[in-house]
This record gives sequence, structure tokens and C-alpha cells, in this order.
Amino acid sequence: MLNPKLKLNPKIFNSDVEQIPIRKGFGQGLLLAGEIDKNVVALCADLTESTQMHFFSEKFPKRFIEMGVAEQNLVTVASGMAAMGKIPFCSSYAVFSPGRNWEQIRTTIAYNDRPVKIVGSHAGISVGPDGGTHQALEDIALMRVLPNVDVISPCDSIEAKKATLALAKTGKPAYLRLAREKTPIITTEETPFEIGKAQTYWMPDVGLAQVGIIVTGSLAYRAIFAAKELEAEGIKTKVINLSSIAPIDAEAITILAKETKAIVTVEEHQIKGGMGSAVAEVLAQNYPAPMEFIGIKNLFGQSGTPDELIEHYKMGVKDIKEAVKKVLTRKL
Amino acid sequence: MLTEEKIKELEIKANNIRQSIIEMLVEAKSGHTAGPLGMTDIFTLFYFHILKHNPQNPFWEGRDRLVLSNGHICPVLYATMAHSGYFPIEELKTLRKFGTRLQGHPHREYLPFVENSSGPLGEGLSQAIGMALADRMDKKDRSRFIYCFMSDGELDEGNSWEAIMFAGKNRLGNLIAIVDRNNIQIDGFTEHIMPLEPLADKWRAFNWHVIEVAGHDFKALNEAIEEAQKVFEKPTVIIAHTVPGKGVKEFERDYKWHGKAPSKEEGEMALKELKDTGARL
Repeated sequence: MLNPKLKLNPKIFNSDVEQIPIRKGFGQGLLLAGEIDKNVVALCADLTESTQMHFFSEKFPKRFIEMGVAEQNLVTVASGMAAMGKIPFCSSYAVFSPGRNWEQIRTTIAYNDRPVKIVGSHAGISVGPDGGTHQALEDIALMRVLPNVDVISPCDSIEAKKATLALAKTGKPAYLRLAREKTPIITTEETPFEIGKAQTYWMPDVGLAQVGIIVTGSLAYRAIFAAKELEAEGIKTKVINLSSIAPIDAEAITILAKETKAIVTVEEHQIKGGMGSAVAEVLAQNYPAPMEFIGIKNLFGQSGTPDELIEHYKMGVKDIKEAVKKVLTRKL
Repeated sequence: MLTEEKIKELEIKANNIRQSIIEMLVEAKSGHTAGPLGMTDIFTLFYFHILKHNPQNPFWEGRDRLVLSNGHICPVLYATMAHSGYFPIEELKTLRKFGTRLQGHPHREYLPFVENSSGPLGEGLSQAIGMALADRMDKKDRSRFIYCFMSDGELDEGNSWEAIMFAGKNRLGNLIAIVDRNNIQIDGFTEHIMPLEPLADKWRAFNWHVIEVAGHDFKALNEAIEEAQKVFEKPTVIIAHTVPGKGVKEFERDYKWHGKAPSKEEGEMALKELKDTGARL
């Protein structure tokens, strides 16, 4: 069942569940953050509407900076603004930022300890028709390896809004990962969000779970769907939404592994270096358990609809269910 | 006002700072020699005449900001800061050693008095631009200047030109860049490695006000900076023609001294030459 304490969307399993792009939640959150704190500024590399910064730029034109197609300058100028007390959010597509400008982020933001928020939109395979060049499948790895940087990958637009508001207040560097496509709404305004805290979205009606599913980003919806279907087949699971990849909630992950002794991770990212790897790092040190990884298996993407691509690269509901069944057979 | 007496004072100060640079590099056994010696006069003029700053209150909000982009010349930054009173001159001997505040390339976490961590090239001008932009938003752009010291070699970096284009577009009159035009980089002379000329024309084409000046002439340098401060409608770059290794004849104009430290014997030779020069001042 859906965790009743978290006040999740009761219509989540309806066929007409509301769908909104995750990036839109960022746009709305940025506008709110700008209203709350006049030091919030926004910088964009020629993708203002696409990254949903237009809400902010229309309301606060003097606090919005058009950078042109220059991602290296985007983040280094933001670093300088942060040095003077500003809270810069800089947006582009994730393949370009943090893809192209990673060293600039490392030196002038992470190492330099400036509270710049890197916003990578169009992350994951679900970018779709634009094809492999535009599908960032490596950005979680690039950013979670940097000391001093929070990495947040929200599961829906409401969580993206909350994450944006929370990141505006941390006083430290951060990466916010956003997906392009319309994504079913899982949470509500009342659902808690805290940087560094994982939340259990799905749990057995009674008794212990046999497998723990840990998911980040837009695939959370599919993970919950898989859990529901597995329950009907008699397999009890728990689904944890790990939107905060850094700092990571090692305690929640370890408790889940102790209960289930079998873990499946689910993300729209390369398996190498992604959220699943972060979970494996935690478990190997605290409570080793067999794991299966849903994600991109050492490949680049291609053109297609988001659904076609998610199925082709084996990240759909069916694939999550198969991974759960496989890990069950591997339990020690 | 830069009087003759003040110029004399600066010359003596610069000579002392050059001696400190040699001493700290010999002690560290690694580091960069040519750039720091070449930029000593400009650092001296800034820290002892141009900059609005307070070494006793280094975090004073109203201070000018000086962004060093090419962090590898930090021996001159550290030595000038020590001679201005930010920290004891004795501490310069810890350069590059374990536990030091004086990291091989500046790190703000270790030495919070520096405005930015640096080392990787082509990133300082962008940070200075961000500071200048923030000051303009906050209407502080008439009360102080943002300076960026950068090298000619780092103009090979694409990030530098993204920054130059952006500052020109935004007419950042509170931003003054100083390019250390010493014509050398690690692998050789800049015009052999990756030609930069016509350098002044390039900056001008990006809508900057450009001044070229002799980089060891305090009077000319000071006049160039005063001119730059008066230009409000666009950013100014001062292309300062310097001699790498300036002050030690053996090191001057030789790109091999870009990235190495003097041995003990070479250091003694250099110090003797600098002390002789100092005695004549």
C-alpha cells in the first residue's frame, strides 16, 4: 500500500493520473524562491523556456541573466555572483551542464565552496526523440563524486518544487536533476521532503517486505506500479524514493536491507556510478545484500518516444518486476 | 597621487617581495618562478597604492575585489599579502608544504583572505564578471572595482573568450582586467604555441576598452589604471607588457623558468642580484 503517513497522491493508480514535467516544478519553485529571497538570481545558457526559467525571468527580469550558449561561462559567472552573496541557479541541459563544464564546477563552485545550484534539465533516456547526444546518462556520477555538493533527483514536479525551495536555503553547492517529459504526479503538497532523507512510498499492508526497491527520479512511478503488481502476485516489497543521492540516507538504506536482505535499484542513468552504485557503496560497508540494478547498461541512447526507450533499455514495470524476482532467488 | 617618493617606496617594496619569492621557492623546491617575478611590480602597485583593502580586517565588505585567475603565480600573491600584513612573512617558508595555508595553488578553504581558489586556467575572468554583475545589481558598481589578474597563456582557453564576449555585451564598467603579457607559456613562446596577436584588436572587437602599458613602469601602470577607472561604458583590459623572471637576469625572458623553482645555488645567485639592486635603490 502507499505509505499513508506521506499523503501521496490518492489518484496515482488512476489511468487519468495528472502528468506534469518534473522541470516545470523547478520553474515554479524558482519563482517562489525568488519571491522569498531577493538574492536568488537565475542564469541560463539559451534554454530559458525549455528549462522553465521563464517564470522567473518574466517576474524578475533584472535578476535573470542570459548567458548565451556558453556553459563554461554560465557556472563560473555564477560562482562570482555567489561570492558577492547571491544564490545563483544556473540551468541548461544536463549533458552540457554538468557535462561540458564539469571542471569549472569542480574548481570554482565545489572546491571554492560557493552556493551555486546547477540545474541539469533533460536528464535521462526519456528526453526521447532528440537522441543520444541530448540524453544525459552520466550526470549523477559526475556530480555525486564531487565533495561538498548536494545531488537531488526529484520524482515528480511537486517534489522538484520543494527541492528547489530547499536548495535555495542550504548555503552550499548543489546539483538538481530534472526530466523533460510529463511525469505522473506521485506526491502532494503535504508530502514531506528533506535533503538527505529517503522516504518509503510503498510498503506491505502487513508483515515484512521481501525485497527493497530503491528508486530515484521519474521512474519512481513505474517502481510503485511494479510493487503494486508484485503484491497481487504475493511478493511483498518496500519502495524507497531516494531523491537525495548526496547526502545519502545511509541509515534508511541499511534498515531496508536488514529487513529485506535483497535490494533492487531503479534509475534513468548509467548503472556505472549512478544512484545504484551509491546504494551499493553504503550496503557493502554496512549490511551487504544481493542487488539488482535497473538502469542503462553501458550504452548510449537513441531517438524514440520515452516509453519506447524505457522499454527498450529494460527499465519498465515488467523489468523492475523481473529484477525483484531475480534478486529473491539470490537471497543468502 | 603617485609621487616620486611613493614610486621609490614601491620599488624598494617590490625588490623585497622578489627576494621573498626566491626564498620561498628555494625552500619549497617546486613552483613557478618567471610569472611571479614578472608580476611583482603590478602586485606591489595594487596592494600598496591602488586597492581599497584592509589587511587588519580582510573580510571588510567594502573592499575592492582582486581575482587572481592564473593561480600558479601565487608566490607573488602570497608574498605581497604577507608584506602588506595579512600574515607573517615567516609563513612564506611553508609554501607547498603539508599543512600549510599557502597551497601550491590558492585554496580559499586554507587561506580565506584570497577571493577565489584558482589554478585551472581561464576561469578567473568569469568569476570577476560575476562579482561585477552582482555589484551592478546591488548598485555598488560605483563604489568599488573588481580587478582580474590573468595570464596571456590562459587566453588559449575557450572559457576566457566566453567571458570576454559576455563582459563586452554587458558593458561592465566596474570590471578591470590586467593581462600579464609576458609572451611565454609552459611549452614555449605564446606566438609559437598558439598565436594571440593581434591581441589588443581582439579584445577591442569584443567591445572592451583596451590600454597597452609597460608592465614595470609604476607611473605608466598607475596612469593606465586611473584611465580604466574612468571608463564607465565598457570593461577595460590593461595589457601589461612584462618581462618573465624580471629582476634576475639569468631568469628573464626564458620560458624554461615558467614552471620550475631555483635550486639553492641558483637562489643564492638570484638573491645576491636582487640585494645588489636593492642597495642601489
